This record gives sequence, C-alpha cells and structure tokens, in this order.
Amino acid sequence: MKQNTGLSRALRRRETRAGYLFMLPSLFFFITFVIVPMFMCVYTSFFDSNMGKDAQDVFIGLGNYKELFQDQIFLGALRNTFVIVIVSVPTVLVFSLWIANAIYNMRPGLTSLFRIVFYLPVVTGSVAVTVVWKWMYNNYYGIFNYLLKNAGVIDKNINWLGDSRFALWAIIIILFTTSVGQPIVLYVSALGNVDQSLVEAAQVDGATRNQVFWKIKWPQIMPTTLYILIITTINSFQCFALIQLLTSGGPNHSTDTVMYYIYYTAFKLYRYGYGNAMGVVLMLVIAALSALQFKLGRSKE
Amino acid sequence: MKDKRSTAYRIFVLIVVILIALLFTFPLYWIVTGAFKTAKDINATTPSWWPSEWTLRNFQTLFSKLTAPLWQISLPFSQYFTENGEAIVVSTGPSVPAAIRWMLNTVWMAVASMLLTCFTAALAGYALAKKRFTGRGLLFTLIVCAMALPKQVILIPLIREMSTLNLYNTLSAVIYPIVGWPFGVFLIKQFAEGIPGEIIEAARIDGAGEWKTFRTIVFPMIKPGVGALAIFTFISSWNDYFMQLIMLSSTQQLTISLGIAKMQAENSTDFGLIMAGAAFAALPIIIVFIIFQKYFTRGITMGAVKG
Repeated sequence: MKQNTGLSRALRRRETRAGYLFMLPSLFFFITFVIVPMFMCVYTSFFDSNMGKDAQDVFIGLGNYKELFQDQIFLGALRNTFVIVIVSVPTVLVFSLWIANAIYNMRPGLTSLFRIVFYLPVVTGSVAVTVVWKWMYNNYYGIFNYLLKNAGVIDKNINWLGDSRFALWAIIIILFTTSVGQPIVLYVSALGNVDQSLVEAAQVDGATRNQVFWKIKWPQIMPTTLYILIITTINSFQCFALIQLLTSGGPNHSTDTVMYYIYYTAFKLYRYGYGNAMGVVLMLVIAALSALQFKLGRSKE
Repeated sequence: MKDKRSTAYRIFVLIVVILIALLFTFPLYWIVTGAFKTAKDINATTPSWWPSEWTLRNFQTLFSKLTAPLWQISLPFSQYFTENGEAIVVSTGPSVPAAIRWMLNTVWMAVASMLLTCFTAALAGYALAKKRFTGRGLLFTLIVCAMALPKQVILIPLIREMSTLNLYNTLSAVIYPIVGWPFGVFLIKQFAEGIPGEIIEAARIDGAGEWKTFRTIVFPMIKPGVGALAIFTFISSWNDYFMQLIMLSSTQQLTISLGIAKMQAENSTDFGLIMAGAAFAALPIIIVFIIFQKYFTRGITMGAVKG
C-alpha cells in the first residue's frame, strides 16, 4: 500500500501501531474462531479422521474427495440443494420486488407495518416457525389436509413430510416464507432512493407505469438486486434447520441438503474429515456462484 | 380518467398485499392460539380456528416437565486446571423449570454476543476506515472474503477447536464465533468512513490521545451504526440455531430454541405443549424486534451498501 498523503515516517509508525491496537480485540476473535477453523476445514479434508478422543488421523490425500463424487447420497443432496436454489432464488426475488414496489410509497406507517409483517417469520426463529409448520403439515391434525380435502383437491390425507414426492416442496415453501423478509427491506429502501426527478420527468413525457419501472427504477436498483441474489443463494445453500427439524433428511435421504448431510456425516457417522471435504466443496461452489453473479451483474450495469 | 384507473389499481394492489400479509402472519397466529387450545381442540380432525376453550395446561406442562438450576457460576478458566476439563462450580441456583433457565441462557448469550461484537467492531471498523496503517488493504480483503463464505461450514472444525479449548457445551462456544464473524467490522467501517478526517486531525493537534479521540469524537459519530449493529447481532444470535445445536448439549446449557426442539423431538405429537414452547421462545424476540425495528432495518440496509 503506497500512500502519498505526505505523512511523516514517525506519524505513520504511530498510525500503524494505533491501527493494530484498535484492531486487536476484533482480530483475536476473527482469527481464532473464523480463520483458524477455515484452515482446519481445508486441512482435515485430506485426512481420514473421526471425532473420537484419541483416534489417529490418517492422511489420505484426495481420498475423501474421490469418495465424495461416488457417494450417491451426497450427489442426491447436491441435487436437492440445487433444486432449492433454482426454485427459491428467482421466486424470492420476483415476489419481494413486487411486494416492495407495492408498499414502498404507501404512508410511512403502513410501509413499516408491512415490512414488519414480512420480516416476522425470520424473527420468530427457525425452531418456532418449523414446529408450527410441522403441525400444519401433519397427516392427521394438519390444516393443509383439512383445507385441501374440503376444497376437493385431494380425497385422501397426504403425509406431506413423509412422502418423498412432496417433502422437498413442503420445505421449499417454508424456506420461501423465511427468505423474503430481508430482500423486501432492502428493496423498499432501494426504491425509496431512486431519483424521483427522473421518475417525474418520465411521467410528464407520458411513460407508462411499466416503462417507468423497467427503464428508470430497475437500472437504479440493480446493485441491490445483485446483493439480494447473492445472499439468497447463500441462504438457500445453507438450508439446514428446516431439514434437521422437519424430516432429518428423510424419507430415505430424499430431503438431504449438502449442509444437512455435512452435519449428518460429522455428528451421526462421526466422519469428520469426510464432512470437512464436503464443506470445502460447498465453499467452492458458493464462491464460484457469487463470483459469477457478481460478474454478470457488473457487466449488465 | 387515468387517475381513476390508477386509484382502482392501487386499491387492488393493497388488497392483494393485505391478503398475502395475512398468510404470512398465520403461522404466528396458529402458534399463539394453539398454545392455549385444549387437547380436544388440537386433536380434532376439524381444526378450530379459535380456541373453543382457553386453557393454561400447555404452559403448565412446559414449566413442569424438566427442571434445571437457575444459575451455575464457575471459576473463570478453572476448566484448564481440573482433571476432566470441567469448570469448578462455586454457586448453584435453586431448581427451576428448565424453560426459565433456557430463556436466561438465551438472553445472556444474545446480550454478551451483542456487547462484545459492538465493542470489537466499533474499534476495528474505525481503524479500518480512518487509520492509514500498513496491511490495512490486506486485512480488509480477508474480511470481505470471509463474509462471502458460508458461515456454517466452519462450525464442524469449530467443534474440535472448542473441545480443545475446553469450551464445548458452554455458552462461550456459541458467543465467541459470533463475535469473530466480521460482518460487524464491515458495517462499522462503512459508517465510520463518513467521519471527516479534519475533525480527527483537529483532535490530534489539540493533543488528544488515540483512545480519547475515539471515545469523545469518533464514538458519538458512529453511535447510530453501533446501535444498528447491536440490535442486529442480538436478534441474529438469538436465532442462530445451527451453532447452538452443535455446541450445546446438557439440559442446563440449552438455549430456548434448542429446548423447544428437544421437547419437540421427545413429545412430537403434543402440539399444544410445543406451541406453548414456541410462543414462549418467540414472543420476547418479536417484541424486541418491533420496538427496535427502525434500527434493525438500518443495520440490514447499511450492510448492503457496497464498499
């Protein structure tokens, strides 16, 4: 880092010392509890290692990675994760943009009321949200079976979470309700910052509602869209609590996600090195996707 | 003409939004009413939209099922000197319903995470924004990269690290990684960049030391940012289920989310009891959120501003 601010050398030394002193408490926690485990994750992924107290780690090179791509359950989990991402990211984006566009220019009290409502499922916490959905999906006492049967859509109770045809979709619906809160908040604030004089000028020139939206607002909220794409992708990849609490990956691993399978491998099978190898693959996939989305978004601008 | 159509359209949109909003609040409504329903209402094949009879039975069961000591205070660092790596307990509280202890654990965990995060992030964010020190660019890149990676991936290696440090199954094992997560530093840095350099320069010329400059000049200016970070950390640590799940195991160390999940696993069809637990777990954090939602929203949107 070259600085041309004309700081004297003594002053610069003083700045450096003070800078590191200010950084010290934060760096301690950051290095010990984020950077070190990150390296450990990569390092142990080359070992056959388990969670036992005095078990020996055996170096096996890329063995875990080789096994990974022949592991049908892992490949299934990867497929499920991609299904979740591919379904939920676009729907979350479109839905939250529509809601935000509808509510951002209401009266301030109303806007913040709706913002609270759509954020509620996030704040309520994964456990409380999941247990109530589990009840609603229940085979005998669930409200969904009751409503659908009364409406004549189904004639027999469906075991939503126990049937591999429906379980993943049932989970995607819950994930959707807990994923739109943050994008709506972001879009409301981004739409509020759109240059109003441009909008008015366009309206004076007779632009339709659609034209104003796509030609003026959309380009201006592009950075927000990009950010939402990235966080929603990451969140969908990390879908874990719902799976663990609702189906434990069942029936017969049909709802495993990568994150859940990592947990399962590390804490149910105690295969620590293997779990970390999956973690590394997940990190790489997410990093690649984020980079890709970032690049696409930047080139469009 | 055009205005009329526009008004009709607006009313239509409002109605649709209200309907969707009602759907979004329904699970919460179902938790709260379910918590007060009798077993007969809950186990009926025709759901009752409103409790036909209000009962406190579910809450009584919730508070009588498991017990735990209200507090356990141990000697700091004593776990490093004992044979089995467990801390020496110097004071144990009276036995109370476990749900109360879980709530206390959760509050302690969220408050400690919040205070430690705000303290470390305020200092570091200011330094990154305003101090021209060697290695600053590198540190900042490292922080941004770490933020882009999935947090949960590091939790598996963290388990082993925490057992090596004898912190496994303590609330500290949940708190420290939250504090280490660099989002807060990033947030405060964005905020501190708005402080004019001349003010800090003027303080230095007046002879104020680094710490005094931070305390009297910088901190008041980044206070709104720290407030947003505080409420954001409080709520997200409260709801960080995965971390709590793998780090905590014994009944008296659980958080309220974990406790409810445990009850759910053990009594999976007693929906009344589970809803009572869910209501008990969710209502405090919802109230906190509604009170501070303005700051919370600011925290979310500030984090999105690209550096």
